[in-house]
Amino acid sequence: MNETSAKARSVVVEREIPHPPEKIWRALTQPRLIEEWLMKNDFAPVVGRRFTLQADQPNWKMMLDCEVLAVEPNKKLSYTWNFASDDAALSLKSVVTWTLTPTSTGTRLCMEQSGFRPDQRQAYGGANAGWPRFFAALEQVLARIE
Amino acid sequence: MSKTQDVLFRTLADPTRRAIFERLCRNGEQTVGALTVRAKVSQPAVSKHLRILKQAGLVRDRHEGRQTHYSAQVGALAPLIDWTSQMAGFWESRFDDLEDLLKRMDQ
Repeated sequence: MNETSAKARSVVVEREIPHPPEKIWRALTQPRLIEEWLMKNDFAPVVGRRFTLQADQPNWKMMLDCEVLAVEPNKKLSYTWNFASDDAALSLKSVVTWTLTPTSTGTRLCMEQSGFRPDQRQAYGGANAGWPRFFAALEQVLARIE
Repeated sequence: MSKTQDVLFRTLADPTRRAIFERLCRNGEQTVGALTVRAKVSQPAVSKHLRILKQAGLVRDRHEGRQTHYSAQVGALAPLIDWTSQMAGFWESRFDDLEDLLKRMDQ
C-alpha cells in the first residue's frame, strides 16, 4: 500500500438547524432520543463511558463499540465509532465528533467522522449493513439505466 | 459511466450471477460444487457465471488438486462505490431523522 492510500479519510456533514443548541444537545445525548434518529444505545454523556449502538432491523443488523471521548455540554461531543471484524477490510476504528455553534436562527450542527482508511470502503456500517444496502442501490441504478 | 463501471454493472446485473458473487462475499472461498448446491442452476451454468465474474475481476480462482476454489475480489467494486459520498449519505439521512425528532420535541 502506498503512502497516499494509507492516509485516513474523514467525512464531514454540516447543517443549519432552526433549533437552539440546548435542544439539539438533548437529542444527541439522551438514549431514548438517540434511538429515535440513530440507533438503540446505552449512551451516557460521561468521558470514558463505553457504550454500544445497535441496529436490529430485518435488513440491517450491526453493533458498534463506542467510547465517549469529549463532552462539552451544548458545544461538543465526541465518541469512538468502532466495528470489530475478523476481516481487516471490514473492521473499522473511527471517531465521530459533533460540534454545535449557535447562530442567529438556531444552530450550525457539524458532524465529522474521521479515521477511515481508503481500504475500509465497506466498513461504514459493517458488512451486514453494507451489502444489502449496496445491492439495493445497485438495483436502483440498474433500473434507471434500463 | 466509465468502461470499468459498465463492465461491473453488466456483470452484476444477472440475478443468478449476483447471488453467486454475494455468497462468495458473505461466506468466503468456495468450490464450484459448493456453489452449485446453493444455486438453482446446473454446475456448467455456475462455472460460466464464475468465468464471467473472473473476467470482470470480481472473483479469483485457486487450484488445489482437482478442485478449484473461488473467492470474491471485493476491491474490484471500488469503481462503483464513491465511498466518501456513501458515508456522507448515511449521515445526511441521520440528520434528516434528527431534524424530524427536533420538530416532534416542540409538541
